[in-house]
Amino acid sequence: MKARGLREIFWFSLSGLCVVIVVGMLGLVIGFIIAKGAGAINWEFLSEMPRNAMTEGGIWPAILGTLLLSLGAIAFALPLGLVAAIYLVEYSRDGKLRRWIRIGVNSLSGVPSVVFGLFGLALFVNFLGFGACILAGSLTLGLMVLPTIIRATEEALKSIPMSFREASLALGATRWHTTVRVVLPAAVSQILTGVILAVGRAAGETAPIMFTAAVFFTKRLPSGLFSKVMALPYHIYALLTEGTHPAEQTAMAYGTALVLLMLVLLVNGAAIFFRIRARKRKKW
Amino acid sequence: MVDVQLTHREIKPEELVAKVSIEKLDLWFDDTQVLKDVSCAIPEKAVTAIMGPSGCGKSTLLRAMNRMHDLTPGCRIRGKIRLDEMNIFESGTDVYELRRRVGMVFQRPNPFPKSVFENVAYGLKIHGRHSRAVLDQAVEKALRDANLWDEVKDKLHRSALDLSGGQQQRLCIARALAVEPEVLLLDEPASALDPISTAKLEELIEKLQDDYTVIIVTHNLQQAARVSQYTAFLMLGELVEFGVTDEVFTAPSDQRTENYLRGIFG
Repeated sequence: MKARGLREIFWFSLSGLCVVIVVGMLGLVIGFIIAKGAGAINWEFLSEMPRNAMTEGGIWPAILGTLLLSLGAIAFALPLGLVAAIYLVEYSRDGKLRRWIRIGVNSLSGVPSVVFGLFGLALFVNFLGFGACILAGSLTLGLMVLPTIIRATEEALKSIPMSFREASLALGATRWHTTVRVVLPAAVSQILTGVILAVGRAAGETAPIMFTAAVFFTKRLPSGLFSKVMALPYHIYALLTEGTHPAEQTAMAYGTALVLLMLVLLVNGAAIFFRIRARKRKKW
Repeated sequence: MVDVQLTHREIKPEELVAKVSIEKLDLWFDDTQVLKDVSCAIPEKAVTAIMGPSGCGKSTLLRAMNRMHDLTPGCRIRGKIRLDEMNIFESGTDVYELRRRVGMVFQRPNPFPKSVFENVAYGLKIHGRHSRAVLDQAVEKALRDANLWDEVKDKLHRSALDLSGGQQQRLCIARALAVEPEVLLLDEPASALDPISTAKLEELIEKLQDDYTVIIVTHNLQQAARVSQYTAFLMLGELVEFGVTDEVFTAPSDQRTENYLRGIFG
């Protein structure tokens, strides 16, 4: 009896310790970035162009670049992924084709991001001749998040009960009508959650935009789809590897990291908001 | 129009008109034959009950009448079902128009996660553009016809999922009525409802037969006896008996019907 009690205490403590370590690490990362980066943050840092070999001034072009690249990625991947998922869930019958499509989609999500970067370089930048620009970077990021969006949408559509579809079809609606007017509205919150998480991931990626869109430094803000841009993750990389003034630039890099971290947390916060809303509304 | 042929010989109902005629219907799911050579003619503007033990194919038969099986992979059908004169399985049939004319209400209430108003207006919206005034009018009429108007007129724009189960089921009927169907298929509509809601629903079904051909699947014998004028008795995919409800219940012509009724009644 006593040994059993001790064993219980041992495993309880061990599992508790693991949780403390995990949460501690997370806290440490965030705390570390805040401690090192908070000093750099002020209005000038957020709103101005970099100056003096990126040792002074701000990171506004990089913030704007990351926002544009992420929005571009979603603008490309959302419609494509949504319609693909609708095909897979609402139209295709179970069979070999669907199984192969699904295997393909899953494999796509396992491809390392730098491979997407290389692919984007070959296809969008060189073959299609876009050059390194917002368009090429957005398309590359979009390709990378496409599987995530398809999977999230598929899960959302599958969670909608068949009885809604039957009710609609029994009234003489087409499948398309049923999907657009009944299934999608019921699934939209859950789809948004997945999409927003995908944006969060896209925003923080460096490798896919390295060859396709990002530059160390631009004098001007982007003027169109074919402009090169600065981007937050790449800016951090640039500050730490290419600098001539390591001390000042490292401080800037932590400031940039903090901004990126906050941006991603904000985006994930939005995802959580939609998830809660979806759960609250769900009464079926 | 085809005259209704009742398997019951003693009763000769005068001049009934068949709305739905089922002719030699066989139906398979993959290799399992679920319906075997079913033939009967369902009279217009009356309530016909399809009863039988669970698994006898009654819901399957009902769902064949608005071609809901189109969606089921592995379902094969041989034979005919005529709506008036038209064979619904013919290749040229407009299945969307067929389903407008043959409405369906399911076992569990399944209103859309939309407002009460939007639920009823849905069918009208998918079948064409309508002005707001027309929609308002049609929604009110459908809700009145479904004995629901008084209960929901102040919460038309609230979620339909906030209604009680019985109200939801009558809303589903209103939703089906809004597109002005000719036939109404009810698939065990009261099986998820409490006794009071069931009573209200049965009252509604009796009223509906003035304007619609109602076909109701039920495994509840008392319910079949209460609401229907005609009864079809299915067993293991075969139509054993089809006749005037009172006759089927008091003097069944087939031994299997009698056994089934006796088994239930004691």
